[in-house]
Amino acid sequence: MKVLQRNGVPPCPGQPRSRALLNGPRPGGPGSGDDAAIRLTEISKVYGRGTGAVHAVDRLSLTVRDGEFVCLVGASGCGKSTLLSIVAGLDTPTAGQVDTGGRHVAIMFQEPALFPWLTARRNVELALRARRVPRYQRRQRAIELLETVHLGDFAGKRPHELSGGMRQRVALARALAQDADVLLMDEPFGALDAMTRDLLHDELERICSERSLSVLFVTHNVREAARLGDRVVLLSSRPGRVIGEYEVPRTGPRRIDSASVAGLASTVTDRLREEMKRHG
Amino acid sequence: MASTQTSGAPARQTSAIAGLDSLELGPVSTGRSPGRLARKTWAATWPKLLAIALVLGAWQLFHLSNFRGDTASGLVKGPGPGLANLWDQLHHATLWQAIGDTAQTAVTGYLLALVIGSIIGAVASRIPPLRAATGSIISGLQTMPSIAWFPFAIILFGTSVSAILFVMVLGAAPSIANGLITGVNYTPPMLLRAGRTMGLRGVALYRYLILPASLPAYLAGLRQGWAFAWRSLMAGELLVIIVGHLSLGILLNNAQDNQDLASAISIMIVILVIGIMIDAVFTKTDLAVRRRRGLLIDAQPA
Repeated sequence: MKVLQRNGVPPCPGQPRSRALLNGPRPGGPGSGDDAAIRLTEISKVYGRGTGAVHAVDRLSLTVRDGEFVCLVGASGCGKSTLLSIVAGLDTPTAGQVDTGGRHVAIMFQEPALFPWLTARRNVELALRARRVPRYQRRQRAIELLETVHLGDFAGKRPHELSGGMRQRVALARALAQDADVLLMDEPFGALDAMTRDLLHDELERICSERSLSVLFVTHNVREAARLGDRVVLLSSRPGRVIGEYEVPRTGPRRIDSASVAGLASTVTDRLREEMKRHG
Repeated sequence: MASTQTSGAPARQTSAIAGLDSLELGPVSTGRSPGRLARKTWAATWPKLLAIALVLGAWQLFHLSNFRGDTASGLVKGPGPGLANLWDQLHHATLWQAIGDTAQTAVTGYLLALVIGSIIGAVASRIPPLRAATGSIISGLQTMPSIAWFPFAIILFGTSVSAILFVMVLGAAPSIANGLITGVNYTPPMLLRAGRTMGLRGVALYRYLILPASLPAYLAGLRQGWAFAWRSLMAGELLVIIVGHLSLGILLNNAQDNQDLASAISIMIVILVIGIMIDAVFTKTDLAVRRRRGLLIDAQPA
């Protein structure tokens, strides 16, 4: 498995990519063949029929490259969660195509959604069992995964005995147990306090680069997106469409309070406000 | 292949997380001290002692009120002679034989109800139209007092244990089925989504997610089912007199025939104690399950 140098040279340094390149299908184009972890082509999702129909997502195209961390930002009703459900295969699009090239996809939600009757270790083991990992390997693997999220000492605890941030880390360990190449995250840190969230950002960044995961991360927190993403994709509201993309130059370690993060965040926020005015 | 990569994590980061974790979990409970245990035991015991005292007091008052006048006053003995009668009976094989017989019927009937109710619940919860139909049948059956089934059961099975078992199953199985169906219906959708994304499907989804998630509701159904079964059993033993059969119901009947109020009260106490003991088992199990899942806040009486 190749290891991506996350803090090294970015795949496409510094330059804002043109919308035309990212939107729409690019059959046979340079670099489009093997390095797309997720390719969404003209995805539409309509709920209901006739006059009452709601267009949650409208002809949205998006590509996440292998090892890339893409943050989807948008106001309420931009179909962010719908989109993730579609990529995860929990929902089917009304039109358009999803292509993950046979990669394993794991998803994490805002709620940890751990099974309350199982200990942290057993929760992780169940994901291994679902993948048919042989019984004698499960325990050891589960402990290793919990150690990855610094919860090795809490393997025997049940979810209700853990704090919100710890539960979310168990959920991350469980997602990693699915041995996915692509991680979909639906506001995973939305319910956590700022301090815990900061630490988890560092953790997530480390784990993703160690395992060269491709990530599609949905959030309504612009700063979080600017902190984490290699690319920040801005969605319009109802129907959801891509209205802006921001490539984040990788110059070194970032923090939520870094000047570059704050700068990008304010640019994105301005654009987001414009979009909201359109609805107001 | 990815494996442990903890060594790559900066130590500073690790300790920050460990620190935050221990802060968020709060102080660890100091554990059990003998004083606390004694206080807990006392807190759990005194309401029961008070309840017994109140019952004995009421019994004594009833005795002193000389209900039904002089001629019958000998009938209503006070708690002293009454309890002496119970003590006496406890030293006779007859009572124990009756308890054994009743217990055997109780276990057989309840296990039948458990198996039948669980199968109906499992099947109905998987097939939505069937679930809608059985839902109506189950609520209908539950509003029907089980004693009303006895003429039907006696015509069908004759005066036999089978008639009693039949009514017990009719009383208990719907509650058990209902508990399981409720549990399955109320499996949190969030957990189902998580399970599906993990790749749990079909039987595995049932075995590892839906059934454990339904356990608390299923236990509530089992408990209610037991209450119905026990009531049906007592009614059955009073109504269906089987020759050569010795049960608590028959002893109660004998006491009635002999106008022996003290014996009747003794048997009633035995029935009550058995009921309370079984209920305590259900309560304990229920509490244990809920505590394991964090559905219970350990409230300590100050």
